[in-house]
Amino acid sequence: MTNSATQSAINTQVEGWNRPREIEPDGDNELLEVAMGPHHPSTHGVFRMDVALDGERIIRLKPVFGYLHRNHEKLGEGQTYLASIPYTDRLDYICSLTNNWAYALAVEKLGGIEVPERAEYLRVIVGELTRVQNHALSVGFLIQDMGASGTPLMYAFREREKILDLFEQLTGSRMMCNYMRFGGCRVDASAEWLDGVRKVVAGLPAFADEYEALLCTNEILMARTQGVGILPPELAVNAGATGPLLRASGVNYDLRKVDHYSIYDRFDFKVPLGDHGDVYDRFMIRLLELRQSIWILEQALKDIPGGPIMDPKAKIRGFRPKPGEAYGRIEAPKGELGFYLISDGGPNPYRYRVRPPSLINLTVLEDMCLGQNVADVVLILGSVDIVLGEVDR
Amino acid sequence: MKTVEEIKAAIEAAVPGAGVEVMQNPGPSGQHSLLLKPEHALEVAKFLHDDAELALDHLSNVTGVDWPDKEIAEKVKVTRQVTKSVDGVEQTVEETVEETRKRVEPGYLEVVYHLFSVAKKHGPVVLRQRTQNRSDKVEVPSLTPLWRSAEFQEREIFDLFGIVFTGHPDLRRILMWDGFKDHPMRKDYVEPDDFEYEPTAHDEVLKRAQEHRARAGAAVGEGAGQ
Repeated sequence: MTNSATQSAINTQVEGWNRPREIEPDGDNELLEVAMGPHHPSTHGVFRMDVALDGERIIRLKPVFGYLHRNHEKLGEGQTYLASIPYTDRLDYICSLTNNWAYALAVEKLGGIEVPERAEYLRVIVGELTRVQNHALSVGFLIQDMGASGTPLMYAFREREKILDLFEQLTGSRMMCNYMRFGGCRVDASAEWLDGVRKVVAGLPAFADEYEALLCTNEILMARTQGVGILPPELAVNAGATGPLLRASGVNYDLRKVDHYSIYDRFDFKVPLGDHGDVYDRFMIRLLELRQSIWILEQALKDIPGGPIMDPKAKIRGFRPKPGEAYGRIEAPKGELGFYLISDGGPNPYRYRVRPPSLINLTVLEDMCLGQNVADVVLILGSVDIVLGEVDR
Repeated sequence: MKTVEEIKAAIEAAVPGAGVEVMQNPGPSGQHSLLLKPEHALEVAKFLHDDAELALDHLSNVTGVDWPDKEIAEKVKVTRQVTKSVDGVEQTVEETVEETRKRVEPGYLEVVYHLFSVAKKHGPVVLRQRTQNRSDKVEVPSLTPLWRSAEFQEREIFDLFGIVFTGHPDLRRILMWDGFKDHPMRKDYVEPDDFEYEPTAHDEVLKRAQEHRARAGAAVGEGAGQ
């Protein structure tokens, strides 16, 4: 690690060190320009990569965005603080509850609102359940992209279904949960619901064991992913990569530990780190984080206290924060999800900005893909774990 | 971590004449910011990035804010000479009158950067840059050469706000298509009239449909409602 640290000190002094490198085509092959997407199934939505190929090798790759753009930020400026919460569900539609959480956190910073203890516990429980299902699903899709049609993905969907049933019981909706409010949560969890969560969480370690036994030492998976799409740690930090993508490169930066937001200080958990920063590490980090999330869930379910779920002083309808601004961020399953709000004292935010982890993690997509085979691009993109609803907003 | 005032002092010691201004945030979050001058922005940013104590290596969020021209109405006391007849004699008297004057405060576009440190695990340090106006002088220096994470976010600001980042390696539209003309995130943006109005029997809809047909030519809107 000392070696790479000194290396980075030297590297960062050179101008342009953080740009994608130039690759010369070898031989006299003509370059083939291919538009991968926007309707390619491996792009997980509508996303295009304009690729220049020398044989099978990637010489250049330019991502093209905007197919799902609906100017979410302008919508946020045109409506009240409360009305934006259901819209945040639609950013990263796999993890609607963590989107709610990040937005609620930013508004709480803007208005100086406290959150009661039970609401914090409920947030942690639903947030970590979201992380479990997101990581299981993203690993499933990665293996699906590799050609293992069905089996691992269906294992993931089986567990996700149980978690989504819990979300439906609590919030009334499976995916568009609209659950959190600034100052707490919308509805309280019943004792039966908590027992249901305990039951599902008790079954998760067996699922993790099964998933790991099925995948981790699979020969084809190892051959396809190890040493592919390497992301050096200095570049990962400089390019703003966050979440499992950053930690797979060996950088210890988990906002749950760094920012001490919510009540994560009370739980004992570890931050898994990768060594090589390749696709295999990213896959492995997600499985390890899934185990840590189960561990957090077990602790939270054990100590959840009674009490109110809303700050009695918080004003939800007709909320007008004092002029000012705030940037709030959380560790969402895909990386650092932040909301930046400026208030001018009115009922609508003057500026409403989403810091989307999926978009910013794609900054280094070209660097990871250069020199790799075209079949590996699909895997590298799958290992970044994007949702286009958040990339394009 | 250092407070903004301490960071400002450190910047001014390292970059003479940097002219950094502290912008107070009145809200309870306490995230005060530093306003950079465009001519020293890159030097200051480089100092913040390389300084061993601050080590702000993670540029998390870059965003634009539009502050349009503001019309401010002020009440001013004006003394002027008035001719009056006092006791039947014409006299010039000085009189103080209150008058409302309107003054236009020029608007500008603003870029906000949120910096954190992965190495030291602190932050945020908030930087701001402002353009001279909202129409023709909209250049600010790009910080992409220092932090690669600004690449797509500055492209997005260029696209949606129309701020031009000098020194950006690949400044193109990112979310809107290349032929698009306007900047949708500006406060005075007007949506283009490219709808097909259903001629329902509401007066205002019929009126809009008529205007739309006149603008877009007879071909558009024909056959609607048949």
